[in-house]
Amino acid sequence: MPAVRIGAASNVSLEMRAWNIRRKALLMGEVQGQGYIGQALGIADVLAAAYFHALEYRPEDPEWEGRDRFLLSIGHYAIALYAVLMEAGILPEEEYETYGMDDSRMPMSGMASYTPGMEITGGSLGQGLGIAVGMALGLKRKGNPAFVYNLMSDGELGEGSTWEAVMSGVQWKLNNLICLVDFNNQQADGKPTEALAQGDERQKWEAFGWHAQRVDGNDLEAVVTALNVARETDHDGPRVIIFDTKMCKGVDFLENREITHFVRVEPDEWAKALAVLEKGKPQ
Amino acid sequence: MTLASMKRKYEPRTVKLGPDGKPIATSAMIASLSAEGYDTVSAPFGHALLELARKDEKIVGLTADLAKYTDLHIFAQAMPHRFYQMGMAEQLLMSAAAGLTREGFNPFATTYAVFASRRAYDFIAMAIAEENLPVKIVCALPGLTTGYGPSHQATEDLAIFRGLPNMTIIDPCDANDITGMVPQIAAHPGPVYSRLLRGKVPSVLTRHKPDYKFQLGKAQTIRDGKDVLIISSGFMTMRALDAAEKLAVDGVDAAVLHVPTIKPLDVDTILAEARKGGRLIVTAENHSVVGGLGEAVATVLLTNGVTPEFRMIGLPDEFLEAGALPTLHEMYGISVDRVAKQIRNWL
Repeated sequence: MPAVRIGAASNVSLEMRAWNIRRKALLMGEVQGQGYIGQALGIADVLAAAYFHALEYRPEDPEWEGRDRFLLSIGHYAIALYAVLMEAGILPEEEYETYGMDDSRMPMSGMASYTPGMEITGGSLGQGLGIAVGMALGLKRKGNPAFVYNLMSDGELGEGSTWEAVMSGVQWKLNNLICLVDFNNQQADGKPTEALAQGDERQKWEAFGWHAQRVDGNDLEAVVTALNVARETDHDGPRVIIFDTKMCKGVDFLENREITHFVRVEPDEWAKALAVLEKGKPQ
Repeated sequence: MTLASMKRKYEPRTVKLGPDGKPIATSAMIASLSAEGYDTVSAPFGHALLELARKDEKIVGLTADLAKYTDLHIFAQAMPHRFYQMGMAEQLLMSAAAGLTREGFNPFATTYAVFASRRAYDFIAMAIAEENLPVKIVCALPGLTTGYGPSHQATEDLAIFRGLPNMTIIDPCDANDITGMVPQIAAHPGPVYSRLLRGKVPSVLTRHKPDYKFQLGKAQTIRDGKDVLIISSGFMTMRALDAAEKLAVDGVDAAVLHVPTIKPLDVDTILAEARKGGRLIVTAENHSVVGGLGEAVATVLLTNGVTPEFRMIGLPDEFLEAGALPTLHEMYGISVDRVAKQIRNWL
């Protein structure tokens, strides 16, 4: 059976997918009254394009050997990944009500042992790209043509371990490795660009030997194009796409709030946010 | 992760309700520890450090992107010129703190306990401890104080640092301990690793013992009793004191010896208390039963020929589940009820 790209076989638009991901993330946030919703809303377009355009996988068999691997290095983005896993049919949609609850398969920080489709246990930041290097080496050793995608944050650019993996990806010419960096310029204490992520990030990765692109991560067309280029380039090594994203994208009153790493949403604001999102539903 | 979760990964779930009929939510990662009826003090570490820094110009503060979540932001906002935001780089944090001590400064470096003990360990070992440099490492989220799962639960940090020569290790119970320890560890000429409770921190010890004052290296009896001696550290001293009150209702007289300094251990006080005899001895810690206070006390007793009935309360040798903290504390036996029940069963 040939590998199937779900998006290619579906008449649901990527805009609709992204909207659905945002909606599911808000529903989960409402369940707990908290969550990294700012990040989830910001990365929804990238996840929609990844899961419904770029990645190959079988929803009914999340461990299918031929799947493209998607690693969530940033465990706290789990709310966003659960939303896309539900949208992709890997997790049942009705399970959103258990998000973060005792005995849930969807703990607030993503862990491989809990959740189908969650490839690694993230959350200790700076580990995903190194694991991705190992998986990319393993795939090559097996002759498996799948890609490894690692979604990481701009904050993780500060971890030395990230740059060890960056150098290793070049050493081993890992043209099956695609790193996705969510650049929302917000880490726990403030802006990465005022801490360790100073200078031109794309040029840094290029200088190390990566094929590097930097695009607006909330422009679906640009995201799709960048993912195509990353897969199809004949560059003899790893690829990175740095996505500039806007936290809370799609819910204007949250977008305009003073943005922090952990956006606080008052109990009555979840319904309001869902209503705002509803107004922007793609036709 | 937990083997139980792994086995059940492909079993769909439905919402589970708590005793009140409502779904049980996970505690936020940065939440304060539940005060459980005690008064609380806001950000005691940040305020104590700031007060000390006003008198001692050698004090500087560093963090790896966790000032807000270690209460160091209080110091950072008041003294921005003496604060270094090192970014999300824990190994660098420790190396740079070592460098600052080499130039005569007295750095307090903060992060989460998991990141200091796991990620930065070699840097702490070689750049700091081997040289006996007086870096003060103060770390939030000790043991089981977050429901976010193993990536943030430092259940083996004390075991890791106990194995490191030159290290002084503190596991404070409450705001009194934290406020009291800051000037004392600042004055200590070697490296210190302290666990930290942040946010609204309960004030426990002075309620049970009004004249209580933290003393570096000293264990102190907070409550006397003739049936059981609970030897505890960290917030488990709060649990031990609350359990003792429950046990008293059943006619069980429990003493509580609080041991906030894990290393060097106050051997004299522990032996003196243990030698009183006739009491079951129970250690209680917010840490794995491997390599923490319990094993440290057991070693002291056995090597000194003191062999009372001895039991340990602590976290199991497992990666722990994610979930709501009260659920997890109950599940792993460190809630007040579970502490009291275990002790009653052992008597």
